[in-house]
Formats: sequence, structure tokens, C-alpha cells
Amino acid sequence: MFKFIGRRVAQSVIVLFVIITVTFFMVRFAPGDPFSAERKMPEHIKQSLMAHYGLDQPLLVQYGRYLGNLLKGDLGPSFTGTRSVNQILAAAFPVSLELGGWALLIALGIGLPVGIVAAVFRNTLADYIPMSMAMVGICLPTFVLGPILALVFGVWLGWFNVSGWFMPLDRVLPATTIGLVYAAVIARITRGGMLEVLSQDFIRTAQAKGVPFPRIIVVHTLKGGLLPVVSFLGPALAGIISGSFVVETIFQIPGMGREFVNSAFNRDYTLVLGTVILYAALITAANLLVDVVQVVLNPRLRFEDS
Amino acid sequence: MAMKVLLNCHFRRLAAIAAAVAAGLLLSGCGAGLPNADQGVEQGVLLFGNGAEPKTLDPQRATGVTENRIISVLIEGLIAYHLTDDNLPEPGVAERWEHNEDASVWTFHLRGDARWSNGDPVTAADFVYSYERMLNPAFPGEYAQMLYIMENAEGYQNGEVADFSRVGVEAVDDKTLRFRLVGPTPYFINMLKHYSWFPVHPPTIEAHGGRFDMSGEWTLPENFVGNGPFTLTEWRPNQYIRVTRSPTYWDRDRMRLNEVYFFPIEDGNTERRMFDSGLLHVTGTVPSNDIPSLRRDKPELINIDDYLGTYFFRLNVTRPPLDNPLVRKALNFAIDRKAIVERVTLGDQKPAHAFVPEGFNDYPNPRVLGYDPGRARAYLAEAGYPGGEGFPSLYLLFNTSEGHRKIAEAVVDMWNRTLGISMQLENKEWKVYLDAQTHLDYDISRSGWIGDYMDPITFLEMFTTGNGNNDTGWSNARYDELIAAAFRSRTQEEHFDHLLEAELILLEELPIVPLYWYTRIRLTDPRVRGWYPKLLDNRPMKHVHLAE
Repeated sequence: MFKFIGRRVAQSVIVLFVIITVTFFMVRFAPGDPFSAERKMPEHIKQSLMAHYGLDQPLLVQYGRYLGNLLKGDLGPSFTGTRSVNQILAAAFPVSLELGGWALLIALGIGLPVGIVAAVFRNTLADYIPMSMAMVGICLPTFVLGPILALVFGVWLGWFNVSGWFMPLDRVLPATTIGLVYAAVIARITRGGMLEVLSQDFIRTAQAKGVPFPRIIVVHTLKGGLLPVVSFLGPALAGIISGSFVVETIFQIPGMGREFVNSAFNRDYTLVLGTVILYAALITAANLLVDVVQVVLNPRLRFEDS
Repeated sequence: MAMKVLLNCHFRRLAAIAAAVAAGLLLSGCGAGLPNADQGVEQGVLLFGNGAEPKTLDPQRATGVTENRIISVLIEGLIAYHLTDDNLPEPGVAERWEHNEDASVWTFHLRGDARWSNGDPVTAADFVYSYERMLNPAFPGEYAQMLYIMENAEGYQNGEVADFSRVGVEAVDDKTLRFRLVGPTPYFINMLKHYSWFPVHPPTIEAHGGRFDMSGEWTLPENFVGNGPFTLTEWRPNQYIRVTRSPTYWDRDRMRLNEVYFFPIEDGNTERRMFDSGLLHVTGTVPSNDIPSLRRDKPELINIDDYLGTYFFRLNVTRPPLDNPLVRKALNFAIDRKAIVERVTLGDQKPAHAFVPEGFNDYPNPRVLGYDPGRARAYLAEAGYPGGEGFPSLYLLFNTSEGHRKIAEAVVDMWNRTLGISMQLENKEWKVYLDAQTHLDYDISRSGWIGDYMDPITFLEMFTTGNGNNDTGWSNARYDELIAAAFRSRTQEEHFDHLLEAELILLEELPIVPLYWYTRIRLTDPRVRGWYPKLLDNRPMKHVHLAE
């Protein structure tokens, strides 16, 4: 297993390197630059700014310098802000991680039980009602759900602040917004996975042997039935904890999503790279985790070397 | 039976998870929240919606309205913001001033009790240091051109003048500052309110990387030293900036606010919800869809003030058929500007009958533009396109935004229906749009311009030949002469005469299509006092207070 993980980590480093390279050159080829604005700055001042940040050097030299600094753990200065990319990410990532953690808890806490119940009582009201609601949940984007929650529970009922990230209770609305959307997806995937397992021969055998129904669900079905959820959770996990631009904007949350999107709009090259690197690292890590969990859950899979 | 057990089991699990979530939420996180609007009134804390996250708090590097609003409460220039009228001066660090006969040499007497927030006195030498920093060729002060009005300032920045003592600013003694300007500048006082003229605290700059350091470390709350009514207490990126009444500010006894929170809120709907639930006293904007219902139901909350800015389209005069002034006139007279502001923008914007907005004391705004479909068609026919026949299909470029799209759609519709041509829309992402505009890679392009200081020249200067912000390809020798003459005028009357003649040329040649003059639309808590309509929207926060 360790050999397997070791090899995957080595692959990830190569993947990351490719991503960094592609991103580095792609943002440079986009029209515009970090210093263009509606009111233009004089040309000589722009030149001195470019020189200060080393943007006047040939692209390959800049690339080499960037990689060199990156190896030292320095993501460079932000071109459009006062703080460095390291400082920005250090402040924003923990916020997104926390928000994502709560959202995941809500998503799994609702999605799994609902999906399981729907599968067990398939084609009854306990299936139809939650599944139709899940369909609505999937179709309802966060930019609709978020403002609705803020309006109802914030402005009308006054239970929560409509925005901000200051008090523990400020976590509820944004986490629910993200959580509910993922809960809907998870419920449907869980139901599908469970149904597939429930129709297998070994379940029928277990029933014939007189194994109690709850035991069939918990011991025999869950392990296989949750496999699709696990593979879905890999990329979803990375997305959930790296922040959502929409939800962060609606609820005024100082997370990664806003930095990600705004840095691209601002052509803040170093900040774009910093957020992309972090996001890519998260995705690779999450996928690796999922692969390991899948082998553990699925008796038909083995680590290649064991 | 089995079913029942199973259900119970799941309900228990769900309940357990819900309880865990609730407990976790209550235990995690830190401290209490911020004051709300009611607590703010009790404690003298103003909660202010300020658009976007400021990029910098260094007055010599800043360029935006967002930054200006924060910097101007932290640092005070020679001249401060007047309570009610941006045309008028209010003594700031300077308690009095005089100028020579032709307004080219100005002497300012600094008040004895002006202090930095660390207790140091504010001296004339601090100003000289600041201007040297701003003009140094190694320093990227984006507004350095504002300072070119001083003798030899431009030469110093270009490297032609090596010795800063030859630049037209001099500390006569600790409390006397003298400017020698390139020529008579009757409106110099108005320029001085702009933050590019604000002083910085030399020892603080030197202690944090020196004068050419660009990290901005000195602007962080633990390092910041200013001389304004408030000091920087907290800066939480994407959350808020908190400023507290300065214990060293000379006029502190008259101030009634203890603190101001500036919230960077990019989404107008979020801001509206914050206001509605009592988390803000003043918003930065109002979503345009909300304006009609707010004006009907809550007229006491919505606040619409004229704002010194022009919304206009640029015409690329290097491309046929826009190289023909008749075509440009036709486009100008085919637009019903009144309909645009009344049915599209909805915020009481003023239909533009000229380029320079109304509101400058004594500057006569010419009434040239208007809606005249017959005249527009006649111009187009005269240009060789009767009834729009043979007129090529042009594109109206705008940067991606719902508001700009609505206006562009309405205008294109008016053009197509009135003139019988087929104009089309093209939107581009912000930086791509800027790039296209700079390289004249467009037919017609949406633009806006906000004045920097109270003088029409802040609008008219940009259309001189080769000006970095011209972006139309238009050039007129007489116009250039008049603007140059306006910069050298001895009196206000002479200055305005030159500017008016220049504007009339601009309105005859029309490399632009002015649409309307801006307004600022806000929701304001009725308990906010000391808030007056101001053309530049310069907010003298030291006079603002909150009352039941």
C-alpha cells in the first residue's frame, strides 16, 4: 500500500508541475495586464511597476524565477493588493476549509440517510418525496438558494446575520446553502448505489438465511452501496473546501473562492497561480484519498503491488 | 416491524448529527459579532458599505474611489473636505494661505497643533518629503502627474532635473510651505483636496522598507501613522476596515463619531440585505431593480445625489464611417437620453447636453446635445447614407455587466430604429475590453469618467492629442492649444473661457456620445447626520454623526 501511495504522490508532483507551467503561460497570454485600468497610468510609471515585479524580463526568465521561489515556498507578491500571495492564502484557506467542513457534514448528514431510506423503501412516498425534493435541490443553484435563506432566516426571522464571518452562528446559512445542494446529489447517488447492491444475489441469500433486515442494510449493503458516493466525494471534497465564489460573495465570507475568481479578473498573475496550485494540490490529494478508501471498501479491488 | 426499527435508527442518527452540528457551531469560532446599526448609534460607530476591498492605503499609490474614502479619514491634506460643498475649501493642515497676484506662487501656513498619530508634529518638511517620494522616477505613483503643476516636477520625474530642490515646493520653515507652480493656477486649492497631495509620515516610511518599498507594509494597522481624524485600528481583508477617532487630531473635540467600519461589499443585493437587517448605516449603492419600489415605499431611506461623472461612448474616429463628423453627429442626435435615464438607469441621472457635468461654480454648461431624430437622419443623409442605406454594420463594445448591457441595448435600438442602420452589441470581459479600447480595436466603446477635483479641466484634458486616456484617435490642434492655454490662465474667467471654447469644439466634432451625468444612489439610515449631497462625494467623516 505504501508503495502504491508513494507512486501516486510522485505522479501528483508531475501533474502539479504541468498544471503550474500551463497556468503560468496561459494567464500571460490573456489580453490585459495587472495594471490596466479605466484611468490609465502614465507609460513610464507602468514600466517602472513592471520592472519592479520583474515583468519586463523575458517570459522564460520569469518562469524560472517563479519556480525557484516556489521551491522555497514563496508564492510571490500580489500585484493588485497589499499582502503577499502566501499571506492571502494563509488567511483565506482556513475560512474555506471550515465552511467546507460544515457544508460536508450537512451534505452527508442529510444526503446519506435520505438516500438509504429512499432505496430501502423504493417506489413509496418515502422514496418519491425526498427524491423529488433532491431533484429540486440539484436544480436550485446556490445563487438562488443563498439569497432565499438569507432573506427568510436573516432579514425576516432575524435568527442569523445575513452576512459576515464573525460569530459561530454566521456559519449556519452559508454552510446550509452549500450543504443542501451537495446533499441532494449525494442522496440520489446513495439511492442508486444502494439499489444496485440490494438487487444482488448475496442480499437475497442473506434474506433467505433469515438475517435481520437492519443487519442486511448496515453490514451487507452499505459497504458496497456507498462506493459511488465515495468516488463522487473525491473531486467534490476539493471543490467544497476550496471555497465557492458565489456563496462567499452572497454572505461576505473572506474565503478562497473570491480570491480565485477576482485574481483571474484582475490578471493578478501570482495570485492566480497560487490559488490554482492550492486547488490542484487539493484535488490530487482528495483523489488519492478516494482511491485508498475505495480499495478498502471494495473487496474486488487491490492495491496494485499487494 | 423491521421498517420501524430501521426508521428509528436513522432518526436517531440524524438527530445525533444535527445535535453535533449545532453544538460544534456554537462552540467554534471566536468572539462576539460587530455592532449592529442600533448599537452603532448608541456607541457612535458608523457602519459604511464601501464597494470593493481597497488595493492599498498608501495615498501616493492609490487610484480608486474605494481607497480614497478610507485614506481621506486617515490622512489630512493642506485643504480638507468642506461639509456641504466640494467647490469650497475648508482649512485642513493649513490654517491659512495666500498667493501672489497671478496665482502661481502659493504659501500655506500649517496649524501649530497638527500632529501625526504617534504624536510627532506635522511639518512642512513632511510634505516636501512626500512629494519627493511621489515624483521620484523609481516610485510608481500613479497620480504623479497631478503634481506636475509644480515647477520642474515633470522634469524631476523624467530625470531631466536631478536636484529635487529645484522643484517648486519648499519648506520655508517648520510650519510654512511654499509652492512655485508652472503657471497661474487659480484652482490650485481644489486640486489640493486630492489624495495625491496628502502627506505621509517620513519616519514610518523609512522604518518599513524605505520610500520606494512597494510591499505596503507601512500601511498595515500595526505600522500605520496618519494625521487624519481617525487612525487605522483593524484591517481584515474582504471583511472590514475599522478606524478609530485619533487622540492626536487637532480638531478631535468637535468630532462625534468614535469609529467607522468600512465594509467591502461587492454584491448590491447582499448590501441591501445587510441594510434591511440593520447591519449597515449607509450603503455604497442600490441594485437598480430595487430603485422604483424603494422610491415608492421607503423614500426616506433612498438618497440620490448628483455625482461628478459622465457616462459616454467613445467613437473610434480612425475607422470609417466614424471618421466622418456628420455620422458622429447623427449618432448623437438619434438618442433619446431622457428615455434612457427614466426607463433604463432609473436613478435620476441627468441627460447629458454636453460633456462636462453640471455643478462647477460659474462654468456655463453649453446646451448642445439633444434628441432630434429629423436632424439625425439629415446628418446621416448628408454623410452619404440616406435612410441608413449602405451604412456598414458596427459594433458597440461594453464590458460585461447587466447595467451596461441594458443601456447598450436601448441605445442600439434607438440608433437602428431612428437611422435605419444595423448596429450590434459586443461584450468583453473587463481587462479584454480595456485592452481593446487602448489599442483602438473597437468601433464604439462604452466609457465613464469621474472627476478628480472641482475643475472642468479634469474632464477636458483627456481628449488632447496623445493623452493616454484619449482612446478615440481624435486630435484637434485648436483644442490642444485651448487646453494648454487653460492651464496657464491667470484668472478663473479666462480659464473657463478657454475651457468652454474647447468643449464647444469637442461637441462640434463629437468623437464621443455623452449619455448622462452620474448620480450616487444610496440607502441611508435616517439617524445619520452631517451627510450632504456632494458632487465629488468627498465625505468629511469628522463632521458626520449619528443621532436618535
